[in-house]
Amino acid sequence: MRNADLLQYAARVVRGGVVRTALVLLAMGIGVAAVVLVSALGEGARRYVAEQFGALGTNLVIVLPGRSETAGAGPAIASGETTRDITLDDALALQRSLAVRRLAPLIVGLGAVRAADGADARVREGPVLGSTADFLAVRNMTLAQGVFLPAGDPHHAQPICVIGRDLAKELFGARNALGLWLRIGDRRFRVIGVLGKQGTSLGFNTDEVVIVPVAAAQALFNTEGLFRVLVEAKHRDQVPQAKADAEAILMQRHEGERDVTVITQDAVLATFDRILGTLTLAIGGLAAISLAVAGILVMNVMLISVAQRRSEIGLLKALGATAAEIRHIFFSEAVLLALGGAAAGVAVGLLGQQALIAAFPNIPFSAPWWALVAAPLTAVVTAVVFTVMPARQAAKLDPVQALSKR
Amino acid sequence: MPPPLIHLSAITRRFTVGDETVQALRGLDLSIAQGEYIAIMGPSGSGKSTLLNVLGLLDQPDSGHYLLDGRDVTGLDDDARALARREKIGFVFQSFHLVPRLSARENIELPMVLAGIDPAERTARVEVLLRDYGLTPRADHRPNQLSGGQCQRVAIARAMAMRPSLILADEPTGNLDRHTGQDVIALLEGLQAAGATLIIVTHDPELGRRAHRQLHMVDGEIVQDGR
Ligand SMILES: Nc1ncnc2c1ncn2[C@@H]1O[C@H](COP(=O)(O)OP(=O)(O)OP(=O)(O)O)[C@@H](O)[C@H]1O
Ligand SMILES: [Mg+2]
Repeated sequence: MRNADLLQYAARVVRGGVVRTALVLLAMGIGVAAVVLVSALGEGARRYVAEQFGALGTNLVIVLPGRSETAGAGPAIASGETTRDITLDDALALQRSLAVRRLAPLIVGLGAVRAADGADARVREGPVLGSTADFLAVRNMTLAQGVFLPAGDPHHAQPICVIGRDLAKELFGARNALGLWLRIGDRRFRVIGVLGKQGTSLGFNTDEVVIVPVAAAQALFNTEGLFRVLVEAKHRDQVPQAKADAEAILMQRHEGERDVTVITQDAVLATFDRILGTLTLAIGGLAAISLAVAGILVMNVMLISVAQRRSEIGLLKALGATAAEIRHIFFSEAVLLALGGAAAGVAVGLLGQQALIAAFPNIPFSAPWWALVAAPLTAVVTAVVFTVMPARQAAKLDPVQALSKR
Repeated sequence: MPPPLIHLSAITRRFTVGDETVQALRGLDLSIAQGEYIAIMGPSGSGKSTLLNVLGLLDQPDSGHYLLDGRDVTGLDDDARALARREKIGFVFQSFHLVPRLSARENIELPMVLAGIDPAERTARVEVLLRDYGLTPRADHRPNQLSGGQCQRVAIARAMAMRPSLILADEPTGNLDRHTGQDVIALLEGLQAAGATLIIVTHDPELGRRAHRQLHMVDGEIVQDGR
């Protein structure tokens, strides 16, 4: 039997049995759609995290106090000893490394912020960052209005600040915030700039922050120690060098003790990537199990088909069809059904993905290519595997018995 | 004398149902020459269909030997018997056995599709068959849109598609009225006149008399072989 004829014969059967065809298409379609959709979810989450980290800055090396055995796990409180602070001078010393383009020391605290002119007495508890002029460039942030913290001696605590867009609106309403004063605790700061829209980054809404000179933050929170030092390497290739240099410089300044942790953005990102990639694969695999369930349905539908078409099978044998040809007829049917179901499933899955994107525009949902290949392939393989038994049963039928109406 | 088309020697066929054994064929010896017209008659259960199935390679005897066209086909495996059926044998059944989803044209084409014959060649042969059997106006009708007589004509056209040398018909008129039945028999006799070997199982003595040779079976044996 020619392949084209085989397919045509199978297509006639598939078109003939509307109910059983619809049933198999549904089961296969649901399985394939589940794989596509679930993997689109996982991949969307992975890309979302990657983008969030990307928004943090480029070629970043982050220095934090305390020694952590495993890089990327955050500051460790491994030993009971109190860790030694990273001072502002420690941070500025890192500039010595040739691999470093610029750096920004960072202090983070919560402050009670309110407008200083008393027009609105409401107090807002919000994040207050202390940093230097380079912070804007290191974090890839933009200014909407005014200027950022001026370059100059970082030890000098000028009473000036740059605030996020949303905070500006909340504090001063429609008024132009530039030149106005606000209070953090009992200190007054003059607004010299307003940040452009940045959105959230790692759960930190930069539209609501106040950024003050690092020395002012030290005074405000009564601390010498920095929360982080953000170091930007000159080039992607220089990131490891910058990391090594930072470790060496701080060890030297801390009397030979390695009491800081230096992590690179890439390492953190790779960890997240690995976790979310594995997760996507795992749930994708779970969805594939629904395809196996569809396979069992295919087997039952095929078994019924064999029983219903006994006399047709007997006739084909009388007309000279070999056992292999009978099997091929059933396999062709299974493949056609699986391909139809897979096509429907991919279409539904992608439509669902569009719906997700419409509902959550921030998250880049996108079914990965492997899911778009693996799901239909799994559907076809499943259909063929589960048709082996019914096809064999058909091929083994005794023609005399099959033709008789007994 | 040329070797016979069919030569059976000591063919037996037993069926076991529960712990009872039925002897459907009890050591048959039979020779049939190319081009003969034979009617097999006998009471119900005498083994007529069983004999026809053995002759058509649909069933295998428990013992004895079957030479078809001079070749011993007794021990052939399933696939070899399928190929021999495809090339040499055309079946006509009492209940037609047309594929219900396929049109008259497609039912006739089916054996050639199975044999992998080129589509252009197939179409040409089907058109000739449709014309010869007066089915051209019904070519695109499905079996449930055809009368019994038309169905049987489609079945005969299908049996002839591969130009077999042996035509086996098991009560081909059993589901037809007398008049239509005679048309169908005339058709089959035409094929025999054109050179094919025709073997018909029938309960109708009148039809049986039209054959050139009558085999009477009783209880698994040929009790009378007359011309
Ligand atoms: N598959 C089978 N299993 C068990 N017994 C069978 C089988 N096929 C035939 N027989 C028995 O073999 C005997 C011969 O059957 P067969 O069908 O050849 O008779 P027949 O002459 O064609 O009868 P009818 O005129 O009714 O068609 C019968 O006794 C029948 O019951
Ligand atoms: Mg019979």
